[in-house]
Amino acid sequence: MHVLLALMAATVVAMALQRNLFSVVVLFGIYSFLMATVLVALDAVDVAMTEAAVGAGVSTVLLLGALQLTGSREAKPLHRPLLPLALAVAVGGVLAYGSLGLPAFSDPQAPIHTHVAPRYLAEAVRETGVPNVVTAVLASYRGYDTLGETIVVFTAGAGVIALLRRRRKGRDR
Amino acid sequence: MRNDIILRLVAKLLVPFMLLFALYVQFHGDFGPGGGFQAGVIAAAGIVFYALVFGLAAGQRLVPDRLVEVMLAAGVLLYAGVGMAGFALGGNYLDYFVLHADPVHGQHRGIFWVEAGVALTVAGVMLKLFYLFAGRGRHREDE
Amino acid sequence: MNTAAYLGYWFTIFLMVGGLYILIARGNLLKKLIGLAVFQTSVYLLYVAPGKLIGGTAPIVAEGFTRYSNPLPHVLILTAIVVGVATLALGLAITVRIREAYGTVEEDEILERDRADGE
Repeated sequence: MHVLLALMAATVVAMALQRNLFSVVVLFGIYSFLMATVLVALDAVDVAMTEAAVGAGVSTVLLLGALQLTGSREAKPLHRPLLPLALAVAVGGVLAYGSLGLPAFSDPQAPIHTHVAPRYLAEAVRETGVPNVVTAVLASYRGYDTLGETIVVFTAGAGVIALLRRRRKGRDR
Repeated sequence: MRNDIILRLVAKLLVPFMLLFALYVQFHGDFGPGGGFQAGVIAAAGIVFYALVFGLAAGQRLVPDRLVEVMLAAGVLLYAGVGMAGFALGGNYLDYFVLHADPVHGQHRGIFWVEAGVALTVAGVMLKLFYLFAGRGRHREDE
Repeated sequence: MNTAAYLGYWFTIFLMVGGLYILIARGNLLKKLIGLAVFQTSVYLLYVAPGKLIGGTAPIVAEGFTRYSNPLPHVLILTAIVVGVATLALGLAITVRIREAYGTVEEDEILERDRADGE
């Protein structure tokens, strides 16, 4: 699994350095697939399926569509981006320092495993009759959040329609 | 791409399987990984594949623009409607156990319709996004 | 041994920082959006990783399994993935409109045109 993570890190570095945007989009597809594989290794099968379908499928198609409409080479930067690099490294350092306070990997006594999750795992089949606990939580226990998220997807669609719809008779807007 | 016989044949063979797989993922989401989002995206991907091989106009003949717009709104209304049904039958908003005499069966019904609404909206939005991006700026349309 | 436990987190933070760098250091709007998508994807990893129990299995209740990985992060991240693609789609639509209005998607050139128009 560390091999997969190292491959993903290499992909991100290549994305930062590449200037041909088509290669960057392909690298993004590769990154999404690697992420889906890592998620399967972490036992998150629902999330992996969604990430593979959405990240490597729809996102890549939309990026290619937008790429065709804009342009496919990135201009050479005028000055070396030292300040952003320093800022990014500083943010990374602060995050790494903060991560030392997180519980160690796969500690069963971590708060994430002792608060609400055992109740959901124990009661989901009895209360909802659905063995897939993720679906039960998503659609039943936390159904209100899923309603909000469906509305977000709808709003995004409506927003893109408002931005990109053509007037009648193909008049350019 | 329409003139390439291998692509045409493979597309014609694969698109029904893709849609069938989307339905499988949707309904089997209770017992295995899956559910509304994945099913919606896979269904949209099937139609996008068809439109990529046979041309955007053929894709829009198959799934018209108006149908897609109705789909994406109908999914949200279906979800909210299930909530209102819970309201009307005596519980709180989005309570599923009032939908049937047996609360567990009520949960089944609620989850089924809710996931169907999510799949409708997600499939509609993804397909509409593809239509908008692919149809923009190309004045020379390939028929 | 202690470092091995945190190596996963540090890889995730490297991916996050990589995405952040692409977002703030490159001028091309399309590449910025891709950097944002990379950043979001690495945050999914950050959320799902603590939910894993070694020796556990996917959170689908079945015969013969007693240890399950935590399902709560999965639920949050499912929503986050779909919201992420919605954000990406809106950003791409705005980029396409900017391209049609300014003729370019490079940030420096857009600011130049605005400055020149403002005078």
